[in-house]
Amino acid sequence: MHIIQQVLFILLFIIAVYLFTRKVRQIRRNIFLGKSKTIDDHKRERWRNVLLLAFGQKKMFRNWIPAILHFFVYAGFIIINIEITEIILDGLTGKHRMFSPLLGPVYNVLIGCFEILALLVIFGCAMFLIRRNVLKIKRFWQREMTHWPKSDANYILIMEIILMLLFLTMNTTDSALQLRHAAHYTQTGPFWCSALMAPLFDHTSTGTLIGLERGAWWLHITGILFFLNYLPYSKHFHIILAFPNAYYADLEPEGKMANMPEIEHEVKLMFEPPPPSENAPAGAPSPERFGAKEVTDLTWKNLMDAYSCTECGRCTAACPANQTGKLLSPRKIMMDTRDRLEEVGRKLNKDGKFEGDGKTLLYDYITPEELWACTTCNACVKECPVSIKPLDIILQLRRSLVMDDAKAPAEWNAMFSNIENNRAPWKFSPEDREKWREDL
Amino acid sequence: MTAAGESPEILFWVGCAGSFDQRAQKITKAFALILEKTGIKCAILGNEESCTGDPARRAGNEFLFQMMAYGNIQTLNNYGIKKIVTTCPHCFNIIKNEYPVLGGNYEVLHHTQFLQRLIDEGKIRMKDGNIFKGKKITYHDSCYLGRANNIYEAPRKVLEALDTELVEMKHCRSKGMCCGAGGAQMWKEEEKGTIRVNAARVKEAEATGASLIVSNCPYCMTMLSDGVKANGREDDMRVLDIAELVAQSME
Repeated sequence: MHIIQQVLFILLFIIAVYLFTRKVRQIRRNIFLGKSKTIDDHKRERWRNVLLLAFGQKKMFRNWIPAILHFFVYAGFIIINIEITEIILDGLTGKHRMFSPLLGPVYNVLIGCFEILALLVIFGCAMFLIRRNVLKIKRFWQREMTHWPKSDANYILIMEIILMLLFLTMNTTDSALQLRHAAHYTQTGPFWCSALMAPLFDHTSTGTLIGLERGAWWLHITGILFFLNYLPYSKHFHIILAFPNAYYADLEPEGKMANMPEIEHEVKLMFEPPPPSENAPAGAPSPERFGAKEVTDLTWKNLMDAYSCTECGRCTAACPANQTGKLLSPRKIMMDTRDRLEEVGRKLNKDGKFEGDGKTLLYDYITPEELWACTTCNACVKECPVSIKPLDIILQLRRSLVMDDAKAPAEWNAMFSNIENNRAPWKFSPEDREKWREDL
Repeated sequence: MTAAGESPEILFWVGCAGSFDQRAQKITKAFALILEKTGIKCAILGNEESCTGDPARRAGNEFLFQMMAYGNIQTLNNYGIKKIVTTCPHCFNIIKNEYPVLGGNYEVLHHTQFLQRLIDEGKIRMKDGNIFKGKKITYHDSCYLGRANNIYEAPRKVLEALDTELVEMKHCRSKGMCCGAGGAQMWKEEEKGTIRVNAARVKEAEATGASLIVSNCPYCMTMLSDGVKANGREDDMRVLDIAELVAQSME
């Protein structure tokens, strides 16, 4: 019996890890479809961000209630991993609670802490479900939060509750079996929470109890391995990418917009033409397009941002355009980027190459009207707990709209020509620049 | 000054709004008055100043931005400018953060930072009977001074020196709400929505019960003033730039 369980477990584990690794490698490949960008400076500051923003959840605490609830779930996720390690090792070796003899009395304290965390996770997830589905907090009910994104969020919360309930059931039945000194059940001493529930099973036969314990154990670990494979298809992937995304977070002041060296170079050539003897202009050849029209025109960091987004909507809730009823939603920008990238990725999986499908991120996913509405106020960037910069994508798409497709609104074209002709965005003569001094 | 072989202590970058917009001209004048009263040797570029390129760049026209930046950096470097103060957070942000990579390296101050320093150094002292003393006001954080550059304290310290009673809006500091003009929105109609951004922001200001909104940006000035009008509060609410408050209150 034990050997069958062990073989089954090893098979299940190998399949789960294989599938997860395959999907993660595809995501990694997709991310690196983005343009290269070297980020290897200020290592200390970057590690500090990993500690503060990712481990410390610093930005979550801009909003206290969800921050505390989220902290329960997050701490549960990080710490219960120790227990999962034991379960996996038990499964692979056919042992039961193998950390117990190694840790002695500490083991019980550890499991006790996990059980308290499990209860807090259940509480946190229940509150989150209520906030989403009963209180209907606005940011969870916006335009882009229908179908899969809406279900995804609920599935995750329900799965987490079920996993924690299975963990507690497993421990409760284990406690009851320990009280009966059942064979193979290591005496660990009573667990803090589940031991209190053990008397519930006083009238259950040992056989049934073992069945329940094994059932809970199997469902729990199968559930976890399923959840692992669910992650890369879900917004919940942020539990992994939040860490690298904090490391690679932009350290510049938020107001600083990325330079376009290729255009800087062209403009320099215009003002300082090379001597006639030098025929060929130096520097890189002109790029195919200016700004971004497709996911592959964005940087790999923009694309990692898209996979890091957990669709919490703090960006959209803070966006002045969105608050005043415009189409723009920074969250949707990130979701569209990921959806389009996944679409390109699926084509790559199928055909081994991607040569276009007649669609582009701009137009087919994100419309000009959304992009025109942005005031570049940086509220979305400031609010994002996992260092995503939706504004960076918005501005790159605008560049393509304006420079490649010449689709700027007429009023902007007027402003451009004012700047060109009068060196000011309004139609005033440069000679009048000092007029304000006249009656000083 | 250059002809006389002198170089100014500081260059006052007036900006296009400050030069041409009638309302913003008053801010320019107020700040110029402060500079004069404190005896700071300062220069302006006059008609050699050009748009920094901020609206063009944010609208997506990088070519035009690069052209403007190139010209401005040439001018500033030719005059040997080291230190710049400006009353516009958009000019401040772009010269401070985006010109260095193009070869324009200057110490750049926003006028609220500059005023705070002058107050700290005792160069600006408020009149005993300053008219804003004890007055209930609210302060609007501009995006390009606040979130873009994390400057929240300097303007508040100036308001403190004025002894005003500052009542914060629901969204302030890093959570401050935009006036609606940034990202070149100033030059086009708002996209279709349910309410204008400036009207929504002025509503937040109204909720504080203050009759004076203090701003630090010529774009915000336009948007908030229009919002006050649109919300029908023209008669009992005013928008003033922080420089105007100081100019009216200093000795």
